[in-house]
Amino acid sequence: MATLELNNIVKDFAGTQVIKGVDLEVKDREFVVFVGPSGCGKSTLLRMIAGLESVSSGDILIDGQRMNEVGPAERGLSMVFQSYALYPHMTVEDNMGFSLRLAKVPKAERREKVLEAARILQLENLLERKPKALSGGQRQRVAIGRAIVRNPSIFLFDEPLSNLDAALRVQMRIELARLHEELDATMIYVTHDQIEAMTMADKIVVLQGGIVEQVGSPMELYHHPRNRFVAGFIGSPKMNFIDVEVREARGEGVSVRLPGGGEYSVPVDGSGCQAGDTLSLGIRPEHLTLDDNGPLEGDITVIERLGGVTSLYVQCHGEEWILVTDGEVSHRVRDNVRFGFAPARAHLFAEDGLALTHLERHPLVDVERRQNRASTAADAS
Amino acid sequence: MRSFLLQAPAVSLLLLWMLVPLCMTLWFSFQRYNLLNPFISGFAGVDNYTYLLTDPALWTAMGNTLLLVGWVLAITVVGGTLLAVLFQQEFFGRGIARLLVIAPFFVMPTVSALIWKNMMMHPVNGVLAWLFNLFGFQAVDWFSSLPLTSIILIVSWEWLPFALLILLTAIQSLDDDQVEAARMDGAGPIAIFWFITLPHLKRAISVVIMIEMIFLLTIFAEIFVTTSGGPGLASTNLAYLIYIRALLDFDVGGASAGGVIAIVLANIVAIFLIRTVARHLET
Repeated sequence: MATLELNNIVKDFAGTQVIKGVDLEVKDREFVVFVGPSGCGKSTLLRMIAGLESVSSGDILIDGQRMNEVGPAERGLSMVFQSYALYPHMTVEDNMGFSLRLAKVPKAERREKVLEAARILQLENLLERKPKALSGGQRQRVAIGRAIVRNPSIFLFDEPLSNLDAALRVQMRIELARLHEELDATMIYVTHDQIEAMTMADKIVVLQGGIVEQVGSPMELYHHPRNRFVAGFIGSPKMNFIDVEVREARGEGVSVRLPGGGEYSVPVDGSGCQAGDTLSLGIRPEHLTLDDNGPLEGDITVIERLGGVTSLYVQCHGEEWILVTDGEVSHRVRDNVRFGFAPARAHLFAEDGLALTHLERHPLVDVERRQNRASTAADAS
Repeated sequence: MRSFLLQAPAVSLLLLWMLVPLCMTLWFSFQRYNLLNPFISGFAGVDNYTYLLTDPALWTAMGNTLLLVGWVLAITVVGGTLLAVLFQQEFFGRGIARLLVIAPFFVMPTVSALIWKNMMMHPVNGVLAWLFNLFGFQAVDWFSSLPLTSIILIVSWEWLPFALLILLTAIQSLDDDQVEAARMDGAGPIAIFWFITLPHLKRAISVVIMIEMIFLLTIFAEIFVTTSGGPGLASTNLAYLIYIRALLDFDVGGASAGGVIAIVLANIVAIFLIRTVARHLET
């Protein structure tokens, strides 16, 4: 049982503000992911929550209690480090039981708790080993085990999977999600990998330059990005952006003219702009479709075949567009193609980067993460 | 075959360098050979050894050697570790402080012994005498009343920077994440030192002990310059005893026997040491 509240958190490093006033609320048992490009402050924010970094101004509240001046060990949190930070000269058992040993917990009780954590993580056979004799995935599990043994109110993860190879990462992702269900704990997770963010999070916090750009469920960020940065950051390959001219702007839709001459009516609230304005139109590569009667046309410059899907880079009116299409597409480089998109899939961004609100909310936005898993979908519905 | 040929010059030079003195020492140790009297000559059998091994001076010198090595190692390793932790902290002027603390290592042993003798420990002019007087104590005549202790202090002063240097570089390679993880686990500064820093330094400490021991077994200049092994044999170690035999008594045979005993002693120590260090380096 734990909630976390950040009120206008600021971090100053010798005159440079790296966190510029962050407000955030984390509910009990929520899985929150901080995501953003390198240097956006996500790790600093996590370290401030952990107590490893001081807070320049603002309040950190855990379960409603102000924690700014409380030491890292007394906050009741556990952290899993990117480098795992296992103690190399201790066995797995000693690593996991170190916090209990410092707390002077009797040996028998200590062993019992370590064994319980080891059972959850399937580490029973490795307890006598030193970290050096473990594989990357096993070290990762020991680091998580060390966090579990402390029975924290909130788990903090600092890019825990970035040192693992791709296959192991997929496996650990599922394991972490299972762990979240089993432990029923609040977790805060920092990553730069958006697949981790999209698959594990109840709530994603997108950070850039020390500012929260958007907080929301994964599908909300994908379908309703608040601004151009979030739109470009979430989704891979990146969203295509192109400048368009407004023909007609009304509350129930905005008509825009594409550079090639095609005209689209995008169902967004256009009450803030008027005809003649220049807006930025964003459309995801997977929402562009090859269409012989489509309004856009251009020459293919690069083809990336991934088997299941194919990415086409198309030069169109001086802009490079990326299309994600069927893996079976037979086009060759320098072929001329026509393509288009469903207007409802497009996003319009004003001069200041803010998105114009879509008139309809996407139906998947309110699906909870729990409903995506067989083990918990039953009791959620 | 070609690789042998190419290695031969270096290997044979080293072999010559080592074998010739060793064989000569062994040869002389079985000879009657006194520089004062050319008529005493010929094969001595084990006489030189029996004479030496039954001489109480040898056992005094051995004891002094062990005391000297043991105490200097204890002081430099413990002091070096604590100083390394101190100099790892951020403080104003750390760069200059580090440079100053390492400086004694660059002073040659004779000079530092002279500085200690004439400026620090002198019973009339010395800084320590002045300090003792300042606090109302009787000044100590270091070299006559505490000869071995004085030598230990001087040698420790010379070798502390070496231990500090090695341990400081080792401490700098300690992963910050580990310290932070320990802090999250509830470890205070002392617990972090005991459970994280010290185990991390284990390997570096064993290297310091090995290297220092090799040099400390043959300490000579400091004794020669300050106490000349005295009073009596109170500060004579094995190296100095051999010097007394060879160049004060002019007994080359006896000195060579002493040299052979020193070689045996050094090898026994080295075997134990290299074994333990090698074990540390493996794990």
